[in-house]
Amino acid sequence: MSEISQSLQISIFASLLVPVVGALLIFACARFRGLIELIFVGTALCLLGVTISIVNMGADVFHQSITLLTLIDSIPIAFHVEPLGVLYACVASGLWLVTTIYAIGYMNANKEKHLARFYMCFCLAMAAVMGIAYSANLLTLFIFYELLTLSTYPLVAHKGTDVAKAGARVYLGILMGTSIGFLLIAILWTWSITGTLDFSVGGILENELPDGLLMLLFALYVFGIGKAALMPFHRWLPAAMVAPTPVSALLHAVAVVKAGVFCVLKITVYVFGIDVLTSTSANSPIIWIATATMLLASLVALQQDNLKARLAYSTISQLAYIVLGAVLATTTSIMGSSLHLATHAVGKITLFFCAGAIYTATKKTLVSDMHGLGRIMPFTFAAYTIAAISIIGLPPLAGSWSKWFLIDGAISADRLIIAVALLVSTLLNIIYLMPIAINGFMLKPAGGYHGIKEAPFSVVMPLCVTAGLCFVLFFLLPYVYDFLLLLNLR
Amino acid sequence: MIATHYPILQVVIPLIAAPLCSLLPKSRLPWLFATLVSWIAFAISISLMLQVKSTGALSYELGSWPAPWGIQYHIDLIGAFVLVLISSIASITLLGSRQLVENEIDSSKHSLFYTAFLLCLTGLLGIVATGDAFNVFVFLEISSLSSYAMIAMGDNRKALTASYEYLIMGTIGATFILIGIGLLYMQTGTLNMLDLKVRIHEIDGFRSVHAAFAFFTVGICLKLALFPLHHWLPNAYAHAPSVVTIFLAATATKVALYLLYRVFYTIFGFEFSFNLLHLGYILLPLSIIAIVMSSFTAIFQPGVKRLLAYSSLGQIGYITLGIALETKAGLIASIIHLFNHAFIKGALFMCMACLLSRIHSTRLVNLAGAGRVMPWTCAAFVIGGLALIGVPLTSGFVSKWYLVLAILEKDYWWLAIIVLFTSLLSVIYIWRVIEQMYFREPNEGCVGIKEAPPLLLACTWAMVLTTLYFGIDSSYPVEMATAAAQALLNE
Repeated sequence: MSEISQSLQISIFASLLVPVVGALLIFACARFRGLIELIFVGTALCLLGVTISIVNMGADVFHQSITLLTLIDSIPIAFHVEPLGVLYACVASGLWLVTTIYAIGYMNANKEKHLARFYMCFCLAMAAVMGIAYSANLLTLFIFYELLTLSTYPLVAHKGTDVAKAGARVYLGILMGTSIGFLLIAILWTWSITGTLDFSVGGILENELPDGLLMLLFALYVFGIGKAALMPFHRWLPAAMVAPTPVSALLHAVAVVKAGVFCVLKITVYVFGIDVLTSTSANSPIIWIATATMLLASLVALQQDNLKARLAYSTISQLAYIVLGAVLATTTSIMGSSLHLATHAVGKITLFFCAGAIYTATKKTLVSDMHGLGRIMPFTFAAYTIAAISIIGLPPLAGSWSKWFLIDGAISADRLIIAVALLVSTLLNIIYLMPIAINGFMLKPAGGYHGIKEAPFSVVMPLCVTAGLCFVLFFLLPYVYDFLLLLNLR
Repeated sequence: MIATHYPILQVVIPLIAAPLCSLLPKSRLPWLFATLVSWIAFAISISLMLQVKSTGALSYELGSWPAPWGIQYHIDLIGAFVLVLISSIASITLLGSRQLVENEIDSSKHSLFYTAFLLCLTGLLGIVATGDAFNVFVFLEISSLSSYAMIAMGDNRKALTASYEYLIMGTIGATFILIGIGLLYMQTGTLNMLDLKVRIHEIDGFRSVHAAFAFFTVGICLKLALFPLHHWLPNAYAHAPSVVTIFLAATATKVALYLLYRVFYTIFGFEFSFNLLHLGYILLPLSIIAIVMSSFTAIFQPGVKRLLAYSSLGQIGYITLGIALETKAGLIASIIHLFNHAFIKGALFMCMACLLSRIHSTRLVNLAGAGRVMPWTCAAFVIGGLALIGVPLTSGFVSKWYLVLAILEKDYWWLAIIVLFTSLLSVIYIWRVIEQMYFREPNEGCVGIKEAPPLLLACTWAMVLTTLYFGIDSSYPVEMATAAAQALLNE
């Protein structure tokens, strides 16, 4: 084994093991509160270090498969590194570090209980995320996908109230239901016709199925990945908002939902292959469903008075952008889709952080109660405004790049209607995101704000960092673009 | 030299040990003795397994009377496989059982209980080891009668009715099997299974052979609790002492399934059973109904033991479904699931035993907050439950993988969807329990409760780790099942 692939092996196993070890340490030290917080942040730091070391290995190590063990039917649990996976791993582990600090501040300020269980499950979820990011075949992907669902369930049900349990039940039910009911069938089907489950450049399904069945298989995959929250399987996302805000922030802006769209991207590129998809137009129905989801979810978001629920529907809509970019299956749209995976993550996590900061400081959750709050909590609302503009997609903020490529992708695929729909959706973004910021700053405080000030430092600091990141990424994104050019689509 | 006698020793050692056990005084001795015997049986079964693997099927003639006149013991690959399964589960169960028996059964009956347990073990091992059809009936009765007695020892009066119900249904089943054997004997003049196999081919158009086939089918399906002949099972499992539930759930129905393979593949042969008499046409709908109906019923059970019993009915449905597909892949999937399910259900009922030993109830409402006070037990239950659902990295996933692939091979799309849909139902019933354990405040009754007895807990985890192990490295059951299926199909 060459030296490079050996160090790759070590890095990949480390990125799986670091969070697991962190979880075990937290379990062992459950009684010492300060210590588990330290371990929690330390684990996130280590993980980020490992991820960076993988990025630094560059393009030499792409698509080198590393086998852990052989599972069934001689299908191994195997990992590899490729640009999409590295991007996802970077986004997840980078934002995890910020979230750990935020989570500690939030959980302490709101006097939440069972902290050890909470931090432990958080770590385990990150291990699952890393497994998804580096998976080299569909079975490995499926295993870690299920582990992610299972490890996040306790986080969603964390409060233990009836509402929390009901939300967690919907969460588990839809995610497990779609993955076992559709995704597993799709994987088994793929295995029975091709005899391989490996992700390989250009796809494995060329000339294997008639067009109609290929369309069905693609639909099974896309709907089977319930984490991508394509309508009508989106209900789990608003339901899971009962979780404490750090969970919503990391898991429902970054790890879980992005795991969903990442799986869609990966399956589009490496299982079907973009040429197969476009030449058989197996992607057509999904394109329309994604477009519909994008617009409908925006419309629903308009109606939500609960801030977290509004953000949840906004997430559904933004995820549909990414799915849309993936299933349009042109070089540009895939690029836009992958970039949006990163930019939306940074923007949306900021918005969730803000929602959590407002709740921590005021215990308010309804948008209509937040008039004038911007004057009392200037940092939070400034960060909110920056992130909202980034998500809308205006320069000089990161979101503008990904929107640009997505619209360009729709045009390059000769689908002008989709490009128009993207623009309409942008308008809707403005309508449901901006009033909160405008009312916060412009309107007079409604009263009853006595004694309210900004949330604690460890809550406000992370959201300022991510808001800053929205700005910085605008200038750094060309580097990410260059990195993604290494993505081998054909 | 003694190794040549292992086929008979496998059965005779527990048989002789049983009456000896009843003579032992009131103390820990009966437990120790029974455990020792079961471990010896386990060791023998492993060495038999190794012998069969290296030299092929073993034949042993009792008293050196040559077959087909004398009684012949015949152990082939699937036989050895099931022997290992039964004896391993018996030895783990017995090892952890001391405190359970002390809690649940009157101390004057302890030695008798272990006697009955050993007899039941003898019966189950005998059914598998013997190559003689009448011997099968004898051992079937030995195991059944002793299990009626054990079920009746449950501390609830309902155990008596449960035992009585099982007695009636079980006796009908055994009688039907006996009638089947009798009919075959009248037609062929032989009781040796291998001999029967040859002779039946000459007379496979005879009405009486068809009638024998019918009697066997109903009799065996009664014993393995296939819908609609399942009614005895939930009550028996729910009210029996917890040791008995663990043992019976993991082994008794599995031995009935073994008998099904034996009778329909070895004696009658695949051609006769599936192409001439179309057994698949009966098994397929019944299995599907069993799977769907029992999964739904399980969701609404207030008691976890009964919930698991209904889930067992569904899992048996998966096993017979594999057979009903009439393909080699289906048969392999069926054998794999037989093996995996034994350990999964064993582990889950072991968890119930742990909970019973401290909380004294397995009703769902009384398990609130159990995850706090008994973390290891509840963690074991979670893993067992995930295996039952078929989550990857557990043995349940391996079973499901092979079963669905076998179904897809036949192009039964709708069936694959039903199978996966029913796994979702199992998510629901398992999650009701997990939610209760972890996300409820503990009841007043739960305060100050300790973790289950260490030995019992260790045995529980032994089973749990087994399911995890075979979920990660499934090569042993898969190789065994493939080879066994080849042998059963005469390839």
